[in-house]
Amino acid sequence: MADWPLFEVFIRSKHGLNHKHVGSVHAADRRMAIENARELYTRRNEGVSIWVVPASEITASSPDEKEPLFDPSNDKVYRHASFYKLPKEVGHM
Amino acid sequence: MYAQLVETGSNKLKTLDEMSPEERQFQERINDEIKIEPKNWMPDAYRKTLIRQISQHAHSEIVGMLPEGNWLTRAPTLKRKLQLMAKIQDEAGHGLYLYSSMETLGADRDEEIDKLHDGRAKYSSIFNYPTLNWADMGTIGWLVDGAAIVNQVPLQRTSYGPYARAMIRVCKEESFHQRQGYQILLTMMQEGTDDQKAMVQDSINRFWWPALMMFGPSDENSPNSAQSMAWKIKRHSNDELRQRFLDQTVPQLELLGCTAPDPDLKYNQETGHYEFGEIDWQEFFDVVKGNGPCNRERIEARRSAIDNGAWVREAAVAHAAKRQHRAA
Repeated sequence: MADWPLFEVFIRSKHGLNHKHVGSVHAADRRMAIENARELYTRRNEGVSIWVVPASEITASSPDEKEPLFDPSNDKVYRHASFYKLPKEVGHM
Repeated sequence: MYAQLVETGSNKLKTLDEMSPEERQFQERINDEIKIEPKNWMPDAYRKTLIRQISQHAHSEIVGMLPEGNWLTRAPTLKRKLQLMAKIQDEAGHGLYLYSSMETLGADRDEEIDKLHDGRAKYSSIFNYPTLNWADMGTIGWLVDGAAIVNQVPLQRTSYGPYARAMIRVCKEESFHQRQGYQILLTMMQEGTDDQKAMVQDSINRFWWPALMMFGPSDENSPNSAQSMAWKIKRHSNDELRQRFLDQTVPQLELLGCTAPDPDLKYNQETGHYEFGEIDWQEFFDVVKGNGPCNRERIEARRSAIDNGAWVREAAVAHAAKRQHRAA
């Protein structure tokens, strides 16, 4: 199996939802990766669509970058609807 | 052998003060029930122990297909055959979910499978017992998958994210296994001939003790537990899980109208728990060491599956290369 590259598998569980990462499979090529993913991850109506991506093609952020990447959004409370206090009379907005 | 006999390389727990800053941060994250993900820093021993635990777990699923495969061609009806085939396919799936989560730790699948084949890696002792009659398919679903569920449900909350997520998928599928097994036995007991009923009792007699052994050595003989518990890759002690299994299983045994091969089995009104006789630990360790009734046969079957399938894997690669060449 060493010759078979690793593919990450993403499944869309229902029409209208996003594809979601579910795991990975080894396969000789992309087409076989779809077939293997279908056997492995959709035995019980779990999906209506499958994406496979060679694992080597994925670039991920590193945990060390957590602060520079995500902290800046913490101090921008004005990006949230709840930041804006409005009088009750306005009703639901 | 899911999380019951996993070497952690450590019999003594470090306190937070004795840990390096990284290690301390890691442990505090676990204490706060925040999942560890593949790219997070982790102590080497945690990584190694998890690779060992997840690979043993995966091997158990894969080897676990063999005792059931024995009855595929001899299932009594087409319906039972289809059900058994679906169950066996699930076991293969569970093995693959687990190998895939193990690979996120940097382990190599082929290398870990080699360890199984040359005896360095263990798998659940239960799969080294033979399946001698059709009722064994029922008993395995009911008792063996039942014990596996008790083991696996807490692992859905294990500290390593990919392992926990694999366990959630596995647990969703296991209850079909247990129900189909119990239904096989119930049908035989309610509609069967005297011979078929005797088959059920014989099957229970053979699998009862090995099923209890599936939870691993008693707590006083589990030197690795403390570290595994601190890392939350094990969430309950072996004896605690064994008791939980027994308490839920004995009423089901009575409903079948069968008995356990244990003269000391009785209900304790005060504690609300069932009490049971002494487990033959010598037998357990013999089987774990490779000397059970079917150890050699199981490993031989795995090896020949890999060896005889080599040409298929090579052909798939050649075919993929040809297809790519044509498309280019």
